Amino acid sequence: MAGLELLSDQGYRLDGRKPSELRKVQARMGVFAQADGSAYIEQGNTKALAVVYGPHEVRGSRSKTLHDRAVINCQYSMATFSTAERKRRPHGDRKSSEMSLHLKQTFEAAVLTQLYPRSQIDIYVKILQSDGGNYSACVNAATLAVIDAGIPMRDYVCACSAGFVEDTPLADLCHAEESGGGTSLALALLPRSGQIALLQMDARLHQDHLDTLIEAAMTACKGLSDVLDSVVRQHLQEVSVLTRD
Amino acid sequence: MRETPLSNCERQFLLKAIEEKKRLDGRQTYDYRNIKITFGTDYGCCIVDLGKTRVLAQVSCELVAPKENRPTEGILFLSLELSPMASPIFEAGRQSELLVKLNRLLERCLRNSKCIDTESLCVVSGEKVWQIRVDVHVLNHEGNLMDAASIAAIAGLCHFRRPDVGIQGDEVTVYGPEERDPVPLSIYHMPICVSFAFFLEGTYLLVDPSEREERVMDGLLVIAMNKHREICSIQSSGGIMLLKDQVLRCSKIASVKVSEITDLINRALENDRKARKEGGKFGFAELMAVQRITALKSDEVSIEMSDGDAGAPSVAITTESPPEVGRVPSPVVRAPGAGQVGESLENAWGLEQLEEEEDQPGDEVMDEGLEIKEENQRQEKSKGEVVVISDSEEEEVVILNPKTQVKESTLHASQSQPQSTGAAKKKKKQQKKKPVH
Repeated sequence: MAGLELLSDQGYRLDGRKPSELRKVQARMGVFAQADGSAYIEQGNTKALAVVYGPHEVRGSRSKTLHDRAVINCQYSMATFSTAERKRRPHGDRKSSEMSLHLKQTFEAAVLTQLYPRSQIDIYVKILQSDGGNYSACVNAATLAVIDAGIPMRDYVCACSAGFVEDTPLADLCHAEESGGGTSLALALLPRSGQIALLQMDARLHQDHLDTLIEAAMTACKGLSDVLDSVVRQHLQEVSVLTRD
Repeated sequence: MRETPLSNCERQFLLKAIEEKKRLDGRQTYDYRNIKITFGTDYGCCIVDLGKTRVLAQVSCELVAPKENRPTEGILFLSLELSPMASPIFEAGRQSELLVKLNRLLERCLRNSKCIDTESLCVVSGEKVWQIRVDVHVLNHEGNLMDAASIAAIAGLCHFRRPDVGIQGDEVTVYGPEERDPVPLSIYHMPICVSFAFFLEGTYLLVDPSEREERVMDGLLVIAMNKHREICSIQSSGGIMLLKDQVLRCSKIASVKVSEITDLINRALENDRKARKEGGKFGFAELMAVQRITALKSDEVSIEMSDGDAGAPSVAITTESPPEVGRVPSPVVRAPGAGQVGESLENAWGLEQLEEEEDQPGDEVMDEGLEIKEENQRQEKSKGEVVVISDSEEEEVVILNPKTQVKESTLHASQSQPQSTGAAKKKKKQQKKKPVH
């Protein structure tokens, strides 16, 4: 791996984590007043902001309307200052339109869209700082925002990335680990049922290792769901204290 | 144009069939359609037929400045186009969701898995490198574009030769094919995509979905793999919920399919190389000579009739000589003495070529299986198991030179022209037995 040792002999990673350890997660819900739901999340140095509008009447072309469920509209963008090099196009290139598509797909699977026929739910996500695991940060932030908006979901959707180095699966990759060209897998999970809403993997990995890698990513997702759950509970407690009188 | 929605009736029929583990084209759950790989006269030009899905890949190269952060690496550029020619639902020049998805999948399958050695494409570090460009065009959309595109792209890359380059001091010379033999790219491995369609909340899965099946499926899982059983890319799409075991099972199926397809590509490359070396015929023009341009051409498929026979014996009607499925009566009414474009009449020229084509071993290995099935089916037909209900009570059957298998067999006497001396005329009365109650 180009002179960079991702896993030391003692079994620690570049930033001193153990292979299955997640980065520190901090999150807040209800950061904006205008939006129906909003959330901010930090996973290590990756920072993401998600905003949800809806469910509302379908805007734009009427032809998009679905008679039996809601349309989910996602937009993913990266702030121009989010990466080491200044980004020229915050959204609209191939990679970010792919990311928007994946977000849409993840939430179509998780949100109970059939409860809102002929309506639309908008999810806008922005990466403020990018340090690996952009997809997972976006999904986690958007989950919190959807919950904040009060839109029913089957379960929390938690996403996490995982890599594979020297026969050891690494959970929650940072930028240095992701850009090394090794295997990286992104997985969105509904933790309670163990169903996979999205699975994506890049770079070569032998078929025999797939099982352990998916298992590691699923464990990481379950860990994340506990964190998200505590964030939601704390938020509700704060809100209920404020509105008691 | 917007896609015409599938009627509820047809949707239910398709899903019911899948539930009973049957497919409209008679395939098994894990079967691919016939794959045919054809190479063009130019290096790096490849057409892949997957059933009726047809995809063309053309590889080209040019000298460009390298990217700043990677001065010693050549560039692999992939681009897939959905032209309105392939299907009326594709609009020209519009970035549809499907297009973004296919392009990114192809990119991740080929570029991110590092299937070609990009460092060997460097000419002068930091100044000039080769950019290899793969243009994939969808010519006909009959389902499973991704697999066809990935096969076409990798076969095109394997087939491609770039011009040789010589460096003397500061001078860089690009040699034409007359001066020096062009050099092939160095390919590390051949990633091939295998698509799995999921139906009814992920209960049923099918390999290589056809266009109809794609329209009723819940979601798709694409696994790209090489024959060393290394997974190069996985992508799930559509709002499906997968379980881990399903993914693992799919990866096992994919490894089998990929090794078969890799062998097929290698055989096709070998055949093409041999044909070029011997100075024989190669290229599309030669290989496609036998294909006629008719819209009504339909391939014969073996149809499972066991259940139908048992279920409805009362409606079974046997005819003495059922018209074969492949021999559709020509709708063209020929005026005497008028020539037809694309509708060749008896042509003695093509016959020798046709025989040559069939002699080539390996090239159409996949077709052999079908041939045998066809044989079986014909036998079955002669036994009278197949039910054909024809409208006309009387039909004139004209068999023109039965040895060479002329396609049209049913023409009305008034329209049929006197043909070559070998033509035999037969009159047959089709009898319809009354249903036995």
